[in-house]
Amino acid sequence: MITIKNLQRKWKEFNLKDINLTIEKGEYFVILGPTAAGKTLLLELIAGFYIPDAGEIWIHGDNVTTVTPEDREVGFVYQDYALFPHFTVKENIEYGLKIKKIPKDKINKESQAMMDLLGITYLRNRYPTTLSGGEKQKTAIGRSLMLNPHILLLDEPLSALDARTKAGLQDELKKIHNESDITIIHVTHDQTEAMIMADRIGIMMRGEIVQTGTTLEIFNTPKNRMIADFVGTENVLEGHISKKIDGLAIVDIGSSEIFAISDLETGSKVHAFIRPEDIIISKELQETSARNNLETKIKKIIHLGAIVRIELDNGLVAFTTKQSAEELELNIDEHIYVSFKTTAVHIVRR
Amino acid sequence: MYLKTIENVMKKLKKDRFLLFFLFSGFFLVAFVFVTLGDMFYRQIGDIPALISAAKDSTILTAIWISISAASVSALIAFIFGVPLAYILARKDFAFKSVIEGIIDIPIMIPHVVAGIALYGVFMRSGIIGAPFGKIGVVFVDAFPGIVAAMLFMSLPYLVDTAREGFKTVDPRLENVSRSLGASQWTTFRRITFPLALPSIFNGCILCWARGVSEFSAVLIIAYFPKSAPVMIYDLFTMYGLTSSRPASILLVSICLVIFIILRASKHGERR
Repeated sequence: MITIKNLQRKWKEFNLKDINLTIEKGEYFVILGPTAAGKTLLLELIAGFYIPDAGEIWIHGDNVTTVTPEDREVGFVYQDYALFPHFTVKENIEYGLKIKKIPKDKINKESQAMMDLLGITYLRNRYPTTLSGGEKQKTAIGRSLMLNPHILLLDEPLSALDARTKAGLQDELKKIHNESDITIIHVTHDQTEAMIMADRIGIMMRGEIVQTGTTLEIFNTPKNRMIADFVGTENVLEGHISKKIDGLAIVDIGSSEIFAISDLETGSKVHAFIRPEDIIISKELQETSARNNLETKIKKIIHLGAIVRIELDNGLVAFTTKQSAEELELNIDEHIYVSFKTTAVHIVRR
Repeated sequence: MYLKTIENVMKKLKKDRFLLFFLFSGFFLVAFVFVTLGDMFYRQIGDIPALISAAKDSTILTAIWISISAASVSALIAFIFGVPLAYILARKDFAFKSVIEGIIDIPIMIPHVVAGIALYGVFMRSGIIGAPFGKIGVVFVDAFPGIVAAMLFMSLPYLVDTAREGFKTVDPRLENVSRSLGASQWTTFRRITFPLALPSIFNGCILCWARGVSEFSAVLIIAYFPKSAPVMIYDLFTMYGLTSSRPASILLVSICLVIFIILRASKHGERR
């Protein structure tokens, strides 16, 4: 288990503020945040490349705050892979074992097994400058895994790869994680990547961990507007709770009222978040279990492959499949109804 | 075939006016060096026996050997002490860093005679460095160590500055990864940082050595004896004129040029 307590570190003009985080052994934890949020610095502190100004880092019950990187048994893969340019793929992979002065035949055997596992044996005598992004990435991951680290830290490991290579490596990483008890902390700014990879996600913004939770918790119930904007909750409505009936809150959003579930008291100024995929579009008012039904007009229709994005006159955005859009024969300026369940509305205080 | 190649290059140059302009500008500098040294060599062609006799003159050969060996020792000292300093300057930010960088570069800025006077004051028998060394039998004034000291003083910025730029080109994240793979700071330096910065360090050593060989004024003041090559050549010039000093000059330039070409070629080969 990794426990980070009140961690602080100043770096030039940037401050890592009071980070508190617990990551379970064997967990795949993704730190998701925009550029310059301090994600890499946090990873580098966990790896021991820098000593924090304040706070503690505990790994599997030991306080490692001031332990040097070479004694932490933590693997690290940088965004641009940081392969040693004067070593071949094989030499890069064997580096850690050579440092540990493992017998040569054992090194050969283990590096061969690792290259076979990652499918890069054919690259063994190539230098990093001649490798593609995916090949570099596999080499960097292999190099880190050779020492069987307790923890693997991945700094934007897939961001420089094309979609196909990325998908392949995501599977590879998942496989490695599932087949070992390694704890992986993976930093990214890509929400989709975070959703695919993570057991749990920590949202990091401006040097702070602002929310942690499972993928569903983070994407369905963001803690504030900043997080909602970042995780792509496109429908953010401003309003106040005008009434509470039978445990349901009625939120006045100006043009209309919507039903939501909230513990906040009447009169509270709130943000209501609704994910576009939770909004159902119909041409007629439907009898459904959804309590929220609003009439509006279509402003814009954008085709995104299998998905169609529909921008509505009341400011909401809805996603529907291409097939549904075609069946409904949607047109711009057409009057339609949107409906969504009370459970699809996430309310937070403004 | 060659004519065709030249013809093709000329055609290309006519089309590429940008390249033509830059080539033309650069040509002046190359011509300046080539004409100056070429003229010296050309004039000597008329008197080959004098060149052969200089090549057999043990005093001239000794002077050239003193220059080359003293420059090699000073380059070695600059390497031993300069590489760690260059690494620190490349990697760390600390108070007065720019002051230290300025101090290191002072020898480039000050007149060499002034440097010689300063060195003489420090390394003479009663100087703050000369006195303690004198007690263990190391004398600098008019001695080989004095030549080394003068050369080291004048040439160390070339090594430190070049090595520092070399270290800056090595991504610190490579060092981080190395350490995460179990290597200590020493091992990381030895196996990752130093080999990657080596081309620049090597370049710095060559510059440092070359600057040492060519040092005259500072050496003249602290160690007129034993005569190094530039001092010997100056003596020949002032006493016997151009005709007598030229063969020794040509010998020095030729030997240094050969060493320089070998060093550069070995660096190029290493890179490949």
